[in-house]
Amino acid sequence: MIKFYRRYPSITHRQHRSFSDLSSNSRFHLPIDIDYTMASEEQAKNSTAPATFDAEAADCLMKELRSTFLDGKTKSYEWRSSQLKSLLKMLEDSDKQICDALFSDLSKPEMEAYIHEIAMIKSSCKLALKKLKDWMKPEKTKTNLGTFPSSAEIVPEPLGVVLIISAWNYPLLLSVDPVIGAIAAGNAVVLKPSELAPAMSSLLAKLLGKYLDSSAIKVVEGAVPETSALLEQKWDKIFYTGNGRVARVVMAAAANNLTPVVLELGGKSPVLVDSNIDLTVTARRILSGKWGCNNGQACVAPDYIITTKQYAPVLIDSLKHNLVKFFGEDPMNSPDLSRVGHSRHFARLKKLLDDDKISGKIIHGGQTDKSNLKIAPTIVLDAPEDSLIMSEEIFGPLLPIVTVEKIEDGIEFINSRPKPLAAYLFTNTKQLKEEFVSNISAGGVVINDVTLHLMVDTLPFGGVGESGTGAYHGKFSFDAFSHKKAVLYRGFFGDAPARYPPYTPGKLRLLKALLDGSLFGIIRALFGFS
Amino acid sequence: MEAIVGGFEGELKELREVFNSGKTREASWRRSQLQGILSLFKERESDILKALHQDLGKHHVEAYRDEIGTVMKSATYALGNLKKWMSSKRAKMPLASFPSSAKLVPEPLGVVLIISSWNFPFGLSFEPIIGAIAAGNAVILKPSELSPTCSSVLANTIRDYLDNSAIKVVEGGPLVGEKLLQHKFDKVFFTGGPRVGEVVMTAAAKFLTPVTLELGGKCPAVVDFISSSWDKKIAMKRIIWGKFGACGGQACIAIDYILTQKQFASTLVEMLQKYIKRSFGDNPMESHSIAKIVNKKHFSRLKELLDEPGVKSSIVYGGKSDEQNLFIEPTILLDPLLDSSIMTEEIFGPLLPIITLERIEDSVEFIRARPKPLAVYGFTNNENLKKKMISETSSGSITFNDAIIQYAADTLPFGGVGGSGFGRYHGKYSFENFSHEKAVMMRGYLIDFGFRYPPWNNKKLQLLKSGLRYDYFTLVLIKLGLKSKA
Repeated sequence: MIKFYRRYPSITHRQHRSFSDLSSNSRFHLPIDIDYTMASEEQAKNSTAPATFDAEAADCLMKELRSTFLDGKTKSYEWRSSQLKSLLKMLEDSDKQICDALFSDLSKPEMEAYIHEIAMIKSSCKLALKKLKDWMKPEKTKTNLGTFPSSAEIVPEPLGVVLIISAWNYPLLLSVDPVIGAIAAGNAVVLKPSELAPAMSSLLAKLLGKYLDSSAIKVVEGAVPETSALLEQKWDKIFYTGNGRVARVVMAAAANNLTPVVLELGGKSPVLVDSNIDLTVTARRILSGKWGCNNGQACVAPDYIITTKQYAPVLIDSLKHNLVKFFGEDPMNSPDLSRVGHSRHFARLKKLLDDDKISGKIIHGGQTDKSNLKIAPTIVLDAPEDSLIMSEEIFGPLLPIVTVEKIEDGIEFINSRPKPLAAYLFTNTKQLKEEFVSNISAGGVVINDVTLHLMVDTLPFGGVGESGTGAYHGKFSFDAFSHKKAVLYRGFFGDAPARYPPYTPGKLRLLKALLDGSLFGIIRALFGFS
Repeated sequence: MEAIVGGFEGELKELREVFNSGKTREASWRRSQLQGILSLFKERESDILKALHQDLGKHHVEAYRDEIGTVMKSATYALGNLKKWMSSKRAKMPLASFPSSAKLVPEPLGVVLIISSWNFPFGLSFEPIIGAIAAGNAVILKPSELSPTCSSVLANTIRDYLDNSAIKVVEGGPLVGEKLLQHKFDKVFFTGGPRVGEVVMTAAAKFLTPVTLELGGKCPAVVDFISSSWDKKIAMKRIIWGKFGACGGQACIAIDYILTQKQFASTLVEMLQKYIKRSFGDNPMESHSIAKIVNKKHFSRLKELLDEPGVKSSIVYGGKSDEQNLFIEPTILLDPLLDSSIMTEEIFGPLLPIITLERIEDSVEFIRARPKPLAVYGFTNNENLKKKMISETSSGSITFNDAIIQYAADTLPFGGVGGSGFGRYHGKYSFENFSHEKAVMMRGYLIDFGFRYPPWNNKKLQLLKSGLRYDYFTLVLIKLGLKSKA
């Protein structure tokens, strides 16, 4: 990693400016009221973030990476495979440090850290290593009569220099998983981890700098000003994980350079719960997807439940019962729950809870502890549609339950809202399953479970509409960072003079037949008929 | 002066309602619309040919070949493959997730906006429309105002042959485009130049609307020394066709300039001259086989390219123009200055610079040093040169020993990279372009692993570790208490 020292001692005044001043110098006004302040003053003081990474530093960085890429080093199988091997070794050597960083940033329980981040990323890396040769191979394709005689193939090639901006809630997974795809595809990479998970950001900078080829893979730490400086550069692809607000800024910045983007966003992932289910398993799965995934702070965490008025009490009972089984009578002190990520986020969640519109509707939990950034698992019954908790993505340990007359009304309810990243259904009724799958548009759909589809590397993971564009995981990661170049080989034999001027009616006949793909038509045309 | 006819809220509302009703998702609807496109082209062929001749001076054989025939071919291909494309695909599942299954379900995006270009007004409107319809979307098409007769014929024929409640045409210029872009679409498909491409993507960013940008670039043709006279003849015809034969060079995949060895240059110029005469006669304008320049603005632009110092002196053939008829004859230039406009901007006209190099392999470096084009062409029998070009240059596509024809290949993705755009279409890629591939995973209740759930303990951790490694033997041992660590 390049350490960005103050290059010109006379610019010390920069350090005294606020974030808002710095961001207004850039063309891209990243919103600073959400998600972009340091988690705490303490962390800010102890931060190892280097001196300001400004436009000039970004230029310099880009120059170096472009030059590395143009030299061709990153394109070879050997380089890609060696980087992936080093990455795997890095993950294997650093289990403990990673868990510590995740605990420091998010109080993430070791189990979650292991299952949801470390194990998944190792598996992703191993898959890429195993399949790399296959993925890099050109794909032969058929050709049709229009170009006969010819042969064709599709050749994957790297895009060039790519930017990956990741999020704070799964800071290891969401940073390294796209990096794996970018490396496998042969690109040079800049990773900008989230500053809201500072321990992990710093650890990634250190580890990637140590284990990987720093002439081609770099980490730039920082917040709004650094991100703005990066976004001014011309990238060959930008991969962004985060929220819709910042995504708009990223895409607008990308538009200036006609840079393609992948936006992995979020949304309100609904869970439609029928009465024809195995209640205990359903409750356990919902709970583990909600509170067992970073305490609800996951893009695919179940956001809210929809069930029938009749079934709601039964479901709520089981949820409450299993909540106690999972986290004990005093969940605020359970070691198995992550805390809320940072204080701004805590304030936002508190606002959702304090909303007048839901007063009297909290039927479980609701306790908060500001100093420890903890909020108890909370269930809210029938919050009005215009309440805050029902209008924005919750991203926390609050679970609204919406009741409807008939279960089919749930489908309409979901469809009247923006397309989410994931939609879930619990039922044993075949027809309901079919209706749900064909009528609900979401990034991904899971029947009778939640969030698991992320672990299947043969499934593309990405959103649609407000929940994002593009996909990754498995081969889809490789594809996301590749250009699939069409290659057409023609010989000089077998030329159809029909297409060249001077044009004649005979040529037109032959052309019509060729484009129709009709062999018979061609023969007729050649003999002067039709 | 274009009439501003409201903000299109009414039209968009109708399209949304129709889409939400599910009509466009039915296979029968999609089929009927694709059939409608075939009928449109069969029955209104003469109107289309007339319009293309009016706006662009296209010869009817060229017009048929490039815009009618190719669209009909694509619509037929889509009809033949629709069922396959619409069906879900099973995804392989790891054993650890047993018993569960997964599939990929394609679904339409919703209401899509297609903005097409003036040089192939029918082709570049209908190819994406075919994809959008096949994928089950509702469509708004905004054709280019720079080919007004074609735009009008497009509006009339689509109104007559296709379902107006779901497929609409909005005519007009930049102001109309701007108004449209103030609305939220589920996808925007743009064909045109990079400057407007940027405007389109910036507008789309406000709604997080995904876009496809089909742009252009300077498509080079590397012309190697070819020994066989038969091969040389074919190569010349194809090069001339690739430069002048498609809309008079005003095509995103037209050959922009040639790279060749110094020794071959004079032979090349001679042969090109010979075949230009053969194809277009002594007076190309009279042959009516080359499209005219679309308007005065582009005509002046091309003339200015020729008038630059260092360029004018390099003209070795042609150079004459007729402003009245918006015609520029096929023109060849030999080694114009590399930093002149003709060598730095996309030409989009019948001017063909030839750049000479010491060795033909130097062409690879030359191409790499410049923005990625939509297409790279190589006329050569040298297999090593072909391999070098494929692995060391980057472009939307690369074609050997021919030009432009990749446009007609249904099995090859058509689209750019870098400055030439992103996203792709043609054949199944058109269908995919306007679809969302939804991942659907189905689980049963039969097997539920208790170690998935908190409260966490070391035993559960070890079980999960071995489960994730698909190491079931260890998993069983731990469960039985015979092993403590995975």
